Amino acid sequence: MSDPRLEKTDRTNDFAFKIGTVNGTGSASANGLIMQAIFRMGIPCTGKNVFPSNFQGLPTWYEIRVSHEGYSARTPEFDLIVAMNPATYERDIAEVRPGGYLLHDSSWPMAKEFLRDDITFLGVPLGEMCVREFKGARVRILMKNIAYAGALAALLSMDLDVIRGMIQEKFAAKPKLIGSNYKAIELGYDYAMEHFDCPLPIRLQTMDATSDHVLMDGNTSAALGCVFAGATVGAWYPITPSTSLMDAFKRFCERFRKDPETGERSFFIAQAEDELAAAGVVIGAGWAGARAFTPTSGPGVSLMSEFIGLAYYAEIPAVFVDVQRVGPSTGMPTRTQQGDIAAVAYASHGDTKHIALFPANPEESFQMAVEAFDLAERFQSPVFLVQDLDIGMNDWMIPKLRWDDSFVPDRGKVLGAAELEKIQKFYRYMDVDGDGIPYRSLPGVHPKGAYFTRGSGHTSRGTYTEDADEYTEVMDRLSRKIDSAASEVPAPAVRMREGATMSLVTIGSCDEAVREATDILERQGLPVNYMRVRGFPFDTLVREFLDAHELNIVVEQNRDAQLRRLLVNETEVDPARLHSVLDYGGFPMSAAFVAGEVNEHLGRAPEETKVRPAAERPEGAVA
Amino acid sequence: MTYIAKPAVRHPGLGANDLGLHMRDYEGTISTLCAGCGHDSVTAAVIQAFYELSIPPHRIAKMSGIGCSAKTPAYFVNEAHGFNGVHGRMPALATGANAANKDLHYIGISGDGDSLSIGLGQFCHAIRRNVNILYVLENNGVYGLTKGQFSACADVGSRSKRGVPNKSEPIDPVALALTLGATFVARGFSGDKQQLLPLLKAGLMHKGFAFLDVISPCVTFNDHVGSTKSYLYTRHHGHELVPVDFVPIRSEISASYEKGSRTSITMHDGSMVRFRKVPEDYDPTDRLSAYEHYRSLQNRGEVVTGLLYLDPGGEDMHDDNATTPTPLAELSHEDLCPGSEQMDALMEEFR
Repeated sequence: MSDPRLEKTDRTNDFAFKIGTVNGTGSASANGLIMQAIFRMGIPCTGKNVFPSNFQGLPTWYEIRVSHEGYSARTPEFDLIVAMNPATYERDIAEVRPGGYLLHDSSWPMAKEFLRDDITFLGVPLGEMCVREFKGARVRILMKNIAYAGALAALLSMDLDVIRGMIQEKFAAKPKLIGSNYKAIELGYDYAMEHFDCPLPIRLQTMDATSDHVLMDGNTSAALGCVFAGATVGAWYPITPSTSLMDAFKRFCERFRKDPETGERSFFIAQAEDELAAAGVVIGAGWAGARAFTPTSGPGVSLMSEFIGLAYYAEIPAVFVDVQRVGPSTGMPTRTQQGDIAAVAYASHGDTKHIALFPANPEESFQMAVEAFDLAERFQSPVFLVQDLDIGMNDWMIPKLRWDDSFVPDRGKVLGAAELEKIQKFYRYMDVDGDGIPYRSLPGVHPKGAYFTRGSGHTSRGTYTEDADEYTEVMDRLSRKIDSAASEVPAPAVRMREGATMSLVTIGSCDEAVREATDILERQGLPVNYMRVRGFPFDTLVREFLDAHELNIVVEQNRDAQLRRLLVNETEVDPARLHSVLDYGGFPMSAAFVAGEVNEHLGRAPEETKVRPAAERPEGAVA
Repeated sequence: MTYIAKPAVRHPGLGANDLGLHMRDYEGTISTLCAGCGHDSVTAAVIQAFYELSIPPHRIAKMSGIGCSAKTPAYFVNEAHGFNGVHGRMPALATGANAANKDLHYIGISGDGDSLSIGLGQFCHAIRRNVNILYVLENNGVYGLTKGQFSACADVGSRSKRGVPNKSEPIDPVALALTLGATFVARGFSGDKQQLLPLLKAGLMHKGFAFLDVISPCVTFNDHVGSTKSYLYTRHHGHELVPVDFVPIRSEISASYEKGSRTSITMHDGSMVRFRKVPEDYDPTDRLSAYEHYRSLQNRGEVVTGLLYLDPGGEDMHDDNATTPTPLAELSHEDLCPGSEQMDALMEEFR
């Protein structure tokens, strides 16, 4: 598969590079510095952290894509690789695209068998310089990272003032470190300026395309959504890649929910003994009237399934954030996948179906987190916010999050003391309004509101039953209730193109790659329509869109085409209209992959897929 | 028993509590358990405890898991919310409910299967978290609903109804609660309401995790010769460590006890627990002393009952968390949402 980007001659603000280091050497802060500097130069960029399930010693990579057009999908074609880990030299060197560059530490000679003559080796004696200039093993290792950032600054034409400013901010509390960091930057910078033809053709040029944006990961933004939505109880069992969500929630709560004078806190976080308990705490809290959530990942969802069924049947609001990782079983905890789509849709035994929201980026993670609490309370049911490691743990460039102070949470049909006082008798599961949603009462409010919550068979009056008709009545209403959520979950994002007869359909974080692929295909003379599913149960628009195309190519990140199956199962669309494109090796998807798969499926010959110069670039996404 | 509708009458001679409520107001639906079930006696004592403590019924939250014991919250205090959750997971539900609304009186009813097998982990961690709840373990040594399998607390050598002896070591919930740091540890016997009542009342008024193991014989599957959880066995081997009285905050201190023959412990709300005839070598506020005493009597084959350990410190998980005085579930959106100005300021930190 070849990336059409590489055919272009001007690569200013349009390239990708990758930094290979050893886990636990402090390279993350140097990489963050580089990424943030590019962002502060006003250039759209995105960073993907490829890390091992380990703390020290295993290889780790940080990939940065710079795109003046604003594309942020991962690209597996690297113009430059910074190879700081001898253990991965061979692989890193092999991955540089022909004509690209390899930056390495030349303190020690590079093995001859690794050399390639179609790429340029840029050797900088980083180790040697740092040993000369700094004292102490730890400091030398840390400064070596900063020094390669300095070399990159020269090679890519980064703004040194921006970098210095960031170092100043970062070490404001430890000014002693500012000097050494400056020095390390200059070591790398000066060496590169002196020895290489700086800047390289892949280079940066200041833009003004990021001033309304932030760099944020989706676990942080989802946590913010929980705080702003008014969640007070969070329960969790630590699991990669969702852990940083609760860390962020706690951090924000310590800041926004703690009385500065008394120290009193308007939140409660329970680090549970396992995911079963975490789910139980959330459901208990929802039952008692608090907005509660638990962040987890696939293995946690498996363990929570029993409780999820209880919340569905006993009709208790609860928000589950599933930050998907590679399954099945333990799978690959630090790699991304969309393998839980089917699991969350029908989690737990018996007849169940759950409301699920699928954000595509951290901005949507925030918005949908807020929405999840409203939907959970409105429908008195578990709601899943389904993101993945790529969204949750990587830094994305997203528009600044905004909050509308006129927002009023939808707390659903909850009867207060005055209302209970007025009614003759309260029946918990009675469909009073004919919309499938019964009225709820909270413990402690009024004696008339009391009822016995149970996961065993119950009647619409809330009493125990083993009677077929009474049981069926409640089950049928539940089915109507959840199905009615289809029009309340976020509508699909659709983008139509002139002349398109086929479509690309996708979900979640595949969005960036698939949208970029539609642009690539357009340039190749193949306009395609686009739909991204954002909520479950599916809105009727989903079915209509699928029916409108003879061919819908469903792009997702799992082996078993779970989205496609769910579409077939739930919309009764003709399965022949749905063709799957799947990528489930654990890396975020690339646009080149999607476009390549489409062309292959259509049997387009290479000459057919040449870029058509006349094709105009369509404007940004419709969401 | 369920074919009989529960009569909605009350004897005119029965009195009312401080709220003007009658015992009848603390009752529930009619029990569907076997006639003679120990659990029904516990239910009766629970009703009386709530009544005598004058707790408003709707301020009670009844939590349970799955099993015969888990059904019983339906049989007391109709005007309280009940939550019959999933097997062994009541502690998590109770933790969450309590996190949301700490002002309710939580009572959890569990069984030995629920607490010591499927829910052993949850039981332990609820103790660690020090959830403010009275956790009653109705202990009959068997699985009743599935027809008489041994539970994890069946004693070695105890025989099933079919005569098969249990060979696995028992998990002792009292010893467990003592070692895990429960702030109130007691054991009662469903056949001794006089003893059980003050234990329930003290447990309900205790702030923090109060554990009450109640030997509650299963008349259908575990009340035969060879069982160590039968009425007969418990009566023969029962050893009440220290008789206890519960003195509510509003009551006059009675002077009817001899000086020096008792230990009084004031609880967090000012009510008192009185230990009568405390042996010289035993201090019910000292965990190690309680544990040693309990183990030594147990080694003599005695079923130790009474309030074995009490930490009157009066702190629970919300004190550890420094939770705001208003229950979290009662805070308004304005109390909780940081608002747009904070959001705008925050965004500048992500650039």
